[in-house]
Amino acid sequence: MTKFIDLTLSGISDGAVYAAVALALVLIWRATRIVNFAQGAMLMVTTFIASAVINSSGHYWLGFVVALACGLVLGALVERVLIRPVEYAPPLNAVILTLGLYTLLVAIAGMIWGNTPRSFPPAFSLRGYEVGGTRLLFTPNDTFIVLVVIAVAVGLAALFRLTSLGLQMRASAFAPEVARLLGVRVARMFTVGWALAAVAGALAGVLVAPSVFLGPNSFDPILITGFVAAVLGGLDSPPGAVIGGVSLGVALSYVSGYAGSSLVPLAALVILVAVLMLRPGGLFAASAERRV
Amino acid sequence: MTAVRGLLARSTLARSLAWAVLAAVALVIVSDLVSAYNDLQLATGAYYFAALAGLTVLAGQSGQISLGHGALMAVGAYTVALLIGNEGWALVPAIAAAVVVSVLVGIPVGAAASRLRGPYLAGATLAFAVGLPALADKFSGLFGGENGLTINPPVPPSWLGADFPLERWEAWIAGAGAVIVLFVLYNVIGSGVGRAMRAVRDDEIAASLAGLSVARTQTTAFIISAGCAGLGGAMLTVVLQLAQPGAFPLQLSLSLLTGVVLGGLGSLVGAIWGAALLTLLPNWTTDIAHSFSLSTKVSANLPLAIYGIVLIVAMILWPSGIQGGLRAVFGRLRAARGPRVHAARGSA
Repeated sequence: MTKFIDLTLSGISDGAVYAAVALALVLIWRATRIVNFAQGAMLMVTTFIASAVINSSGHYWLGFVVALACGLVLGALVERVLIRPVEYAPPLNAVILTLGLYTLLVAIAGMIWGNTPRSFPPAFSLRGYEVGGTRLLFTPNDTFIVLVVIAVAVGLAALFRLTSLGLQMRASAFAPEVARLLGVRVARMFTVGWALAAVAGALAGVLVAPSVFLGPNSFDPILITGFVAAVLGGLDSPPGAVIGGVSLGVALSYVSGYAGSSLVPLAALVILVAVLMLRPGGLFAASAERRV
Repeated sequence: MTAVRGLLARSTLARSLAWAVLAAVALVIVSDLVSAYNDLQLATGAYYFAALAGLTVLAGQSGQISLGHGALMAVGAYTVALLIGNEGWALVPAIAAAVVVSVLVGIPVGAAASRLRGPYLAGATLAFAVGLPALADKFSGLFGGENGLTINPPVPPSWLGADFPLERWEAWIAGAGAVIVLFVLYNVIGSGVGRAMRAVRDDEIAASLAGLSVARTQTTAFIISAGCAGLGGAMLTVVLQLAQPGAFPLQLSLSLLTGVVLGGLGSLVGAIWGAALLTLLPNWTTDIAHSFSLSTKVSANLPLAIYGIVLIVAMILWPSGIQGGLRAVFGRLRAARGPRVHAARGSA
């Protein structure tokens, strides 16, 4: 029973990180119809910057804030400089371009910080809670991760539903021509979408770095699972990304705990295919999947 | 002469045969002229070409994306390794069986893929590329786990002479596979099947109104390209004498897609450019990196950085790839001599 609770709780904590990555991918998909394969490398760079700030200043929260700020700038910069030229090119070109950016960022990080993974401090204690004499695997830091991701999800929902900026972003995503006619600066909304997505990604990087260590390639598995979570939830839906991320995290935690960790990639494949065969546009797809 | 030209103009089969013979002769001559190391590069390029040509038909002609072709190559590779290494099969039947097995794997994957579009297809095939190699770990008794399976190198037949180099024989085997792929896919693209793929790619609704089954056309495209990827993987095992999970990482699937787009999407000549790039680019970038005297941290990562920059710059400057760029240049040249061409056509 303790094992079940442990697996569930650690699955929720893993899932919260997948949800943050999935949110980053969904925000970019909604804004520009591009799957950002460079997301893993972008959040790796911001996490390295956070690590450098924490090491030189000794303040965790300063590094945390700097990572998010760098994410904001990096996301906007990438959209403005690299993505804008291929926004109306064939979709595969943007895929290859983000793969190129991924490769370039990984190489640059390797040049500056080396390829040996290093440790990254957690925000709170990594000692599990004690309940009735048994120590759980769930830690105060996991609580922090879950709460932060919930806050981001609620914040994004509020942004999209309650603010004028959110309305303009939704309009640019779903009806760019009409939005432009009504005076929305569609291109700028795309930049905002990329910037917000990169902030969500940077957050995921800082949150997960203590458990995966920090190296140029250490976030690749999380990005892959995050992408699977985003597809699972439906790429157009931020709530879908969160639910997809958390449920995938819990499911994979059970598989890893009861059937062995080598089966995790296979389990992710089976879950994704099973869901997509029933709902080809993900769990939270808009009602009309195909107009035939 | 005019009769031959007329036949070539009319018959796709004749044209594809001519190209196949031309490619085979060129491969034999080139493999004879170059060093053993270059022969190995030729073999590498040939198995890349098989996988790339299949993928370019899938992505360019039928409009489906696949991030999972590396896993399909692994299916072909492991089949050959098991049949030759454990069962003692001869080379040609083992490679043929590898194609059959990867086609059989391609059927359910293709059927599933035909229900999915765009990023959902990308996500599902990505999970396939990551998930399938995990089988090698799970059934390590059969598949040899992380170390994989090894086979003995192929032996050149005795009539070629006792001192016929192994590398040239490997280049011939892989080259033969590549020529077969070229011949088959040329005919697929030129036939009704290829026309159906392009119709489905351009407008699914119009294609189904015209009586085509969208799902069946897309599944067919996937199965054909799965067979090509399986053949590529089988030849990879023959050339490297090795099938292991590390040879088929997600990066392989991603670089296949990269090769297809950089070469020129949907074109078989583009697949040749792509295969050349995938074979030569890693060597070039490493050579460039070593030509500067830099710290190890920088020089170890410089090839990767150059590769990334090439991808980014190419996608911004030449969005239709090498073949697309060449076509644009030749199209312009032809347009410059436009009137003469028209006059020639008028008199014929």
